[in-house]
Amino acid sequence: MSRTKFNVLPGFGITFGFTLFYLSAIVLIPFAGLVLRSFELTWSDFWALATSERAVASYRLTFGASLAAALMNAVFGTLLAWVLVRYQFPGRRFIDAMVDFPFALPTAVAGLTLSSLFAGNGWLGQFLVPLGIEGAFTPLGVVIALTFVGLPFVVRTLQPVLQNLDREVEEAAATLGAGRWRTFVAVVAPTLLPSVLTGFALAFARAIGEYGSIVFISGNVPFKTEITPYLIVMRLEEYDYAGAIALAVVLMVFSFSLIGAINVLEQWTSRFER
Amino acid sequence: MSIELRNVSKTFGDVNAVNNVSFSVQDGELMALLGPSGGGKTTVLRMIAGLEMPTSGDVLIRGRRVNDVPVQQRNIGFVFQNYALFKSMTVARNIAFGLKIKKWKKRDIESRVAELLQLFGLEGLDRRYPHQLSGGQRQRVAIARAMAPGPSVLLLDEPFGAVDAKIRQELREWLVTLHHDLNVTTIFVTHDQEEALEVANRIVIFSRGLLEQVGAPREVYEQPANEFVARFIGVMNVLEPVVEGGVARIGELEFPAHGQGDGQKLRIGFRPYAVQISSDLTHYRYHAVLRHTFFLGVLLRVELELPSGLIIRARMTKEEYSNQGLYDDCEVSFQIRQFRLLATDQAPLQPEEDLKYQVPPVIGDNI
Repeated sequence: MSRTKFNVLPGFGITFGFTLFYLSAIVLIPFAGLVLRSFELTWSDFWALATSERAVASYRLTFGASLAAALMNAVFGTLLAWVLVRYQFPGRRFIDAMVDFPFALPTAVAGLTLSSLFAGNGWLGQFLVPLGIEGAFTPLGVVIALTFVGLPFVVRTLQPVLQNLDREVEEAAATLGAGRWRTFVAVVAPTLLPSVLTGFALAFARAIGEYGSIVFISGNVPFKTEITPYLIVMRLEEYDYAGAIALAVVLMVFSFSLIGAINVLEQWTSRFER
Repeated sequence: MSIELRNVSKTFGDVNAVNNVSFSVQDGELMALLGPSGGGKTTVLRMIAGLEMPTSGDVLIRGRRVNDVPVQQRNIGFVFQNYALFKSMTVARNIAFGLKIKKWKKRDIESRVAELLQLFGLEGLDRRYPHQLSGGQRQRVAIARAMAPGPSVLLLDEPFGAVDAKIRQELREWLVTLHHDLNVTTIFVTHDQEEALEVANRIVIFSRGLLEQVGAPREVYEQPANEFVARFIGVMNVLEPVVEGGVARIGELEFPAHGQGDGQKLRIGFRPYAVQISSDLTHYRYHAVLRHTFFLGVLLRVELELPSGLIIRARMTKEEYSNQGLYDDCEVSFQIRQFRLLATDQAPLQPEEDLKYQVPPVIGDNI
């Protein structure tokens, strides 16, 4: 008697095997290597390296700016996706294509462009700096750059969901007496929330790992505008592998738990789906 | 008078979806808007609800012109073809939605929801989400949600379109019972003439945006206002004989010329029940072969093939069929007891007329 279950779609064994292999080679082995290398440190050494004042300042900037940027994208990306899906206007396709721009542009180019825009003598900077808004070489600049690179994630996650929204559901709410705002809050928003969270998580994860655009716009001043990935590079250049690994492990654990937490939240908000 | 439409038209771009339609619905009626798809019936329903604005004409609810009253304030219950349930809400919260908007007290909402769950046979499902329900249950939730705030009119768009045949029959009966119990003015859209005839107490028939006839089921069936209605309601044989020598002929069949000259074409219609069949070949004037028998329950539908190849549909009871000893491919004689002149090149629909010669009584008359 055969123990394998019959399946109409053949090839589960081979595709699953390949998936495992691929995932291991690309993701798991490097991660495991990182964690193993960190075991070469004693716990107190690790703790000292990971919680040095400079490191903590860099965590605060990295996670704080990433959170701020992801939140901005969640709000304005949702708005942008809504406008692109719900309304017909001249230039809609062009704007739609522009959303992908941050995906395509090398991040170093983005960083250079943004820092020259917001510098005191830049196009925007010459007006903003006198008002006290300094976009270049400040934490604000980091947020701006991270918002730029994270924008497509929310928009692209949300667009198909918006397209599939049933207009009749909104009409049904109207026949029951609900106005536009009430319909949006009570009926539309809950169905969008899981996708907004997915987009938020993607933008957040992307922001934590962002390097290329930040190094240009932040100025990399220790304790002020230095992000953790930059600090890791600094440590490597100093041949301080232990220091780099300690920072990397913190970054990794933090990212994992954040993404995990967002996934749980997403599960909960989509409890009404299949 | 509950609802009235006066000369209502609606155009979408170049398309005349609804063209100068006027009719009224009495309090407590169960009315069907019937017609082929694209006939404008859903647009009429949506204009009554306030989901579409008429291009011209007036919509009145309880004598008040509501053209400028937004959908939120019309106090109507609307049930969409695909139910349009709020998928992020449980059954109970779906039903409670309209009550919350109307700012009912929490305790009143709870008791109203419980009452509706019971009335609609949804007990125990209050905490389910829409995707955990069957098609029939979803529809009942949709109707319960629409009924919850106590609307003055219930509007249903193709209420039986999305469920299978068996449940459909149950739902039809259930809707009639519900309407009887709640006595709320109800208008539903359907493309199924059988459904309209069975469920509604009055029918409005549309085609291509025009109102063809308004009347009770029996009225539109027995006295169709025009050829479209005659052909759309019930099954009808339609033939186009040509006048030759003062008689209109097609194949072996002959009809009166109705005053038309030679070479003119007539259009003749007759219901399947008007065809009388006998296994005795000398009994009736025409001969044919019984080709197919369709069992429809108590009734049978048979197809007769004339020697010329002409096909005619007839209807008889099961008893009649077996008493006559009929079987597929047997030879029979038949006559057409009643027919109607649908149209000539000049004249429109004419009333039904009997054949002038003696007709022996037959079981299953007028079914």
